[in-house]
Amino acid sequence: MQKTISLTACVLLTGAAHAADLNVAIEVPRLSVAEYHRPYVAVWIEGPDRTAMHLDVWYDVKLKDHEGAKWLKDLRAWWRRIGRDLTLPADGVSGATRAPGAYELAFPASHPAIANLAPGEYRLMVEAAREVGGRELIEIPFRWPATEIQRYQAQGQHELGAVAVTVKP
Amino acid sequence: MNRLIGLASVLLGTLAFSTAQAHRTWLLPSSTVLSAPGEWVTVDAAVSNQLFYFNHVPLRADTLEIVAPNGAKVAPQNVSTGKFRTTFDVQLNEAGTYRIAVVNDGVMASYKVGGEQKRWRGRAQDFAKQVPANAEELRVFETTARVETFVTAGKPSELKALGRGLELVPVTHPNDLVAGEPARFKFLLDDQPARDLEVTIVAGGERYRDRPIELKTSTDAQGELEVTWPEPGMYWINASAQDRNTQIEQASERRVSYVATVEVMAP
Repeated sequence: MQKTISLTACVLLTGAAHAADLNVAIEVPRLSVAEYHRPYVAVWIEGPDRTAMHLDVWYDVKLKDHEGAKWLKDLRAWWRRIGRDLTLPADGVSGATRAPGAYELAFPASHPAIANLAPGEYRLMVEAAREVGGRELIEIPFRWPATEIQRYQAQGQHELGAVAVTVKP
Repeated sequence: MNRLIGLASVLLGTLAFSTAQAHRTWLLPSSTVLSAPGEWVTVDAAVSNQLFYFNHVPLRADTLEIVAPNGAKVAPQNVSTGKFRTTFDVQLNEAGTYRIAVVNDGVMASYKVGGEQKRWRGRAQDFAKQVPANAEELRVFETTARVETFVTAGKPSELKALGRGLELVPVTHPNDLVAGEPARFKFLLDDQPARDLEVTIVAGGERYRDRPIELKTSTDAQGELEVTWPEPGMYWINASAQDRNTQIEQASERRVSYVATVEVMAP
């Protein structure tokens, strides 16, 4: 299911001028359900020794009294590794939920999650949980850093669509 | 009427371990992991055969002890005892782990006065007043039963040993359990490692299963055991012991029991 594709040629054509060191592409699928709520989504990196580096979390930030934070624990893998240690909302680490569509998240080399990342094997983790819906966790193994642009991808089954991580030298 | 049911349930609760596990006592919290302080949980307290279905008698909450992460006692709210269960609410105003327990310490005595069979159940300090000095064929035993569960708002916090009776002390935090991962617990009896203690662990949801998921294991020389949870869900952990460590001189033995309900998350 998970594929490693070297996209050097493609990137040369499209231009790598805006090179960020880590790019994450997440597709929020359009679902045909009676009651739809946008999913809560968390994105993080896990190291071989279970160390976890937070990248982003989308949740309902608009509810009064920060009530949207109540369901953060439903992102249960993220909650256990990272969420329960964070104070939210916080600039740069959390944002609003997103409608169905394809999203690109760019994390520059200076981002605290990757700035001091030692070379090695890691996993990109994307977890989605939806009110009156399901929950899905996608893990994509990747190698850090890269000598040429590396793209790794996986396909979600119900709460997530295509998910990809691109590592740029 | 409630009073009668309540007394019956308390008796059943403390007698359960002495009558070959006739019934199981348990607490069932609505959630065990909450995002932040300020939220509420509601807890069912009952005695039944199948876990966790309230279909027999309620477990009375008269001896409820709720302890906040900072050690403060917390009062339950909206306590109600019905035909099958007691329910109560707890507001988790502090970040960390709450310990919610029903603790029954008592003395049971059977004796004869003038040939007439008598029974008494009460607190150790009332024994001398309630059981006449001329009681014949006096048989006394003490019971200490703790039925508890754990609930965490935010990050799990340390749970300190209580130092009395039989208790589970986390090596793995009881609100940090995941199916397929091993968890380690230590059992203490009066603050000492409970070695070679037989511990029974039963998964909830028994109504929809042909075979109960029941794990029997024993503690090692350090009083510790390890369990790998076969599937997510609520689990009932039970152990009991007998010794002669009694408060009352006339008591022949002490029966100590422990129950914890823990939730195991899906990975």
